[in-house]
Amino acid sequence: MELYPVQSTGPQETFVLNLGPQHPATHGVLRVKLTMDGEFINEAVIVAGYVHREHEKMGENRPWDQFLPNTGRIDYLSAMMYTHAYVGVIERACGIEVPPRAEYIRVITSELNRISSHLVWWGAFLLDLGGMTPLLYAFDDREKILDILEALTGARLTYCYYRVGGLAEDLNEGFVEDVREFVKEFRPRLKMFRRLVSENIIFRKRVEGIGIIDAEMCRKYGATGPMIRGAGIPYDVRRAEPYSVYPELDFDVAVDPAADSMARYKVRMEEMEQSLRIIEQCLDRLPDGPVMGKVPRKLKLPEGDFCYATEAARGRFEVRVVSTGKPVAHRVRLRTPCFGNLSLFEEAARGLMLADGIAMMGSLDLVIPDIDR
Amino acid sequence: MSRCPDHLFERFQELFPTMDTENPAPPEASAGAENEADTAEPPPPPPPPPPCRKTEFAKVGYDLDAIVEPHQIEEAAKLLDDEGFAIDMITAVDWPDAEQFELVYDFMHFEAGTRVCVRTRIPRDRPEIATLSFIFPGANWHERETAEFFGIQFTGHPNPIHLLLPDDFEGYPLRKDFKPPSDPLLKP
Repeated sequence: MELYPVQSTGPQETFVLNLGPQHPATHGVLRVKLTMDGEFINEAVIVAGYVHREHEKMGENRPWDQFLPNTGRIDYLSAMMYTHAYVGVIERACGIEVPPRAEYIRVITSELNRISSHLVWWGAFLLDLGGMTPLLYAFDDREKILDILEALTGARLTYCYYRVGGLAEDLNEGFVEDVREFVKEFRPRLKMFRRLVSENIIFRKRVEGIGIIDAEMCRKYGATGPMIRGAGIPYDVRRAEPYSVYPELDFDVAVDPAADSMARYKVRMEEMEQSLRIIEQCLDRLPDGPVMGKVPRKLKLPEGDFCYATEAARGRFEVRVVSTGKPVAHRVRLRTPCFGNLSLFEEAARGLMLADGIAMMGSLDLVIPDIDR
Repeated sequence: MSRCPDHLFERFQELFPTMDTENPAPPEASAGAENEADTAEPPPPPPPPPPCRKTEFAKVGYDLDAIVEPHQIEEAAKLLDDEGFAIDMITAVDWPDAEQFELVYDFMHFEAGTRVCVRTRIPRDRPEIATLSFIFPGANWHERETAEFFGIQFTGHPNPIHLLLPDDFEGYPLRKDFKPPSDPLLKP
């Protein structure tokens, strides 16, 4: 399994290497203090918080619905799923029914968002490993998704399209045709990506057997998403805690038991394929009807704790709200996937070579504002 | 219907026999009443929730809600670790009227999809609770975050430094009585 020896035998002389906060491999402003023994990482200490914005406090001092735009700015690459979790928790607490058309459109847009997020990861990950070209290919396709979603929502990244009880507005004209065309075009592109990269021997040497993160470590640290699925456990919030119309849809949870960087890579590639399947099914079944349910003018949640989780591109995103029956939240807690995913880095990076550490960090698919909130 | 398996519910009830008899969250009756008396009419006290109950997932988003004593939290975590649960998150809720912090520990199960929520309350003037970092290493970061935002001390924590806030930040932002510092540039 291991291609490289993980323990060096050299003299016990270490030095501190500072990675970040301004470093392209950290995908944002994240600092890692590495204690190096030659090329090997002895100790990695994460220094986070450079883009901390205290979203949780903001949730406590404004009406329920006005916090919604904030949730799209936590993980700027999967805003759809994040706003979904927040409107979902309010709908769950108040017992608001969402019309089926709105639910289907939510799933379509969420899955498009997932593909665009995975494309950014794909390009950036390979950039970390030294491949410049894939990024250009990835952004080419991502641009099409962004155009489709921009026409629909008016935003290219930080969408705020979902509303409590439904959607801001119905689909624009030509949306269904555009998405169908995208799906048709993207399938062969995905195949080409695999031919270009997945079987490339240089790439495989960099990721196969590198950065092992097994299921037990994921469990102890609460790592979710492609991390846990790349460790062989088919945990997907869309299946484990079914929400929206996912139970009616036919898709597979991508799993790979190898638990290395390659496994996480394969899981994400497969997820894009599955997202396309989901989108196609939703387009076929898209019902007519209103996109907004009956929602009281002034939102008031009953007393108590409510949770709602969605499967974001990086794993489980969960909103936990505590209500005291007032028009503002008593407490909003945002459980973000990257927080749990990164917290195991300190342990998992120990003994890796620096370049492999970077490869592993790339396979975690970090979005720093998601950790710092 | 709750998705909580029966054996887990029974294990929780067996492990904490005191939970059934003791009132889980008694507010400081004397001190709290005096403060409230001159502000407004005291609201009728809600009936205390049962300490360990199955909940309906579709309504609240978790399957088991267990209220434990602060000293039982490690025991509860060990039980859940034993059952194969993963740590989901740790957080706190400030209840200034009751003079308490509520600590909320969420756990999830990767195979069964079950979610368990364990809560405990600690006094606001002595916010201390044992760390879970040695049972779930992932608790380390969650506790650091809770500590810096609420000023709660996790005794035995291996690395009790700020995680997200700057090292020299003063105050605990998520406490209800937190006043944000004014702009340093505007200070006289």
